[in-house]
Amino acid sequence: MFLALRDLRFARGRFTLMGAVVALIAVLGVLLSGLASGLADAGISGLRALPVTHLAFDEKATSEQFSRSTVEEKDWRAWSEAPGVERAEPFGNTLANAQVTQGSRKGEQVNLAVFGMAPGSLAPAPSEGEGLKEGGSGIVITREIADLGVRIGDVLTADKSEVPLKVVGLVDETVSYGHIGVAYTDLDTWRHLHYGLPGDLPEAAGRQATAVALTLEPGADIAAVEKATGTRADTREATFDASPGYAAESSTMALIKGFLYAISALVVGAFFTVWTVQRKAEIALLKALGAPTGYILRDALAQVVAVLVGATVLGTAVGLALGSAMIGKAPFSLSAPAIATSSGLLIVLGTVGAVVAVRRITAVDPLTALGATR
Amino acid sequence: MTTPATDRRTAPDAAGSDGLRLDDVTLTLGDGDTAVTALDHVGLHVAPGEFVAVVGPSGSGKSSLLAVAGGLQRPTSGTVHIAGAELTALPDRERTAARRRHIGFVFQQSNLLASLTVREQLLLPLHIDGRLDAAARARADELVEAVGLTHRAGSRPHQLSGGERQRAGLARALMTSPAVLLVDEPTSALDRVRSAEAVRLIAEQTHERGTATVMVTHDTAIMDAADRVHEMVDGRLS
Repeated sequence: MFLALRDLRFARGRFTLMGAVVALIAVLGVLLSGLASGLADAGISGLRALPVTHLAFDEKATSEQFSRSTVEEKDWRAWSEAPGVERAEPFGNTLANAQVTQGSRKGEQVNLAVFGMAPGSLAPAPSEGEGLKEGGSGIVITREIADLGVRIGDVLTADKSEVPLKVVGLVDETVSYGHIGVAYTDLDTWRHLHYGLPGDLPEAAGRQATAVALTLEPGADIAAVEKATGTRADTREATFDASPGYAAESSTMALIKGFLYAISALVVGAFFTVWTVQRKAEIALLKALGAPTGYILRDALAQVVAVLVGATVLGTAVGLALGSAMIGKAPFSLSAPAIATSSGLLIVLGTVGAVVAVRRITAVDPLTALGATR
Repeated sequence: MTTPATDRRTAPDAAGSDGLRLDDVTLTLGDGDTAVTALDHVGLHVAPGEFVAVVGPSGSGKSSLLAVAGGLQRPTSGTVHIAGAELTALPDRERTAARRRHIGFVFQQSNLLASLTVREQLLLPLHIDGRLDAAARARADELVEAVGLTHRAGSRPHQLSGGERQRAGLARALMTSPAVLLVDEPTSALDRVRSAEAVRLIAEQTHERGTATVMVTHDTAIMDAADRVHEMVDGRLS
């Protein structure tokens, strides 16, 4: 770094401009990954919070399974008795509209992503209030619904079915499905909301759910039970794409990030190409003085890494500061692994771009250090 | 990279060495109809402490002589010995190491690195060789003083005059105590008075430090300082 550091100081104007570009890309990288995490949270955090490994859907529902699939009681019974299955629970999923009819925010319209389940099975323990009980039409709400001003003790009335929903508990976390806050309830209440029916349910509807929530042993062979029940088990992660809008959002984000990294690598590569070409006479001189090519390459790469790391760290810090201010105002969440990956990729791909540029060093002929009068 | 043939610990000292010797060196550039004989059976011996000037018009082969003597280019035939070791027999890697340890170059218009101060220009060759220690720093200070640049030690090339740059280039070439000093048109950017001063300094350092010095120039006015003058015409040395 003998020469690299001194060059950085000497040509600080040029390196600052270049560093600023990388830093701004790092800022954008942090914001994008925060937005991607936030969108993912809003889209599928409800599914991620389910303590299961797989969900089994009606095999005829090959996409948008959560709205298209219906399973029967005999299906989850068959699953729970199959080998390799630790646990099988009915799981109901539906989107419902409701209105606050008792409580401080009376008249407030609330959208609910209703997850129906046997009490004590799939819902997380509430941080305030109580959990679900059978036959009580109670709901446990999550943070997004609480943020609308809904409190424990309030009563919501669902549209169409007119089922009263008493808020009995709160899970104080962002648990959402399709950008809508999750409300956990028992299966019977879920069925009333799902079918939009008040009063007693028809016999058949009383034994249905959307999917069978499964906890499978690793490597369990489930082909037989799938065939027997006419269902298909997807891993929990594979069901994320069935959440409304999730696949489109995440692929858009991935596309933008991909382009960002490509642009960053090209900008860094272009800068160091020009820089290396400008330095050609000095490189020839160094070689004539007896510097091995490896010495010059190491020096140049140390410079590249110093600039990239410095600019990325700075940009990431600025991005984190901006991002913290955005939390709560946009679907935004900061996840350390996602940000580390984003910043790390920026450094790695920038270095790759620069390596292509500084390879030119190997081709410089030390003879050119001698006068042109030869 | 360190080999017995080039390691300065086992190579002869500059003072007790054989200086620079070129035997029957021919260099042909290009091939076929466009081939040019840049050096035509050149023989030259420069003893330690001897200052030899080679004069000739542009294109006479002067720079080729430096390129071959300094190990920047392999001759088509013939041998080059530096401090008793055969430079032309060394593989590329060791030739580079020999350049680093036994050969000092003073380039046209000095060729300093833009971002380094005068003192750092001197330290660079030893950093390249992994020998940047207290002794090296002391030697840099001594050489900066020897070429009269103590007051400029912290200045960068763009702050120096042409003469000062040339002196800094000379000091840098002497940093590694080279057996051979090769000087390329040292006065091309200097006026008459400064040229005479620069060449006098080279002669002084050559005699004081026992380097075998070859200076090529087309400036016949500065030959007086040399111990011996050769003329180069069409690749032949007289």
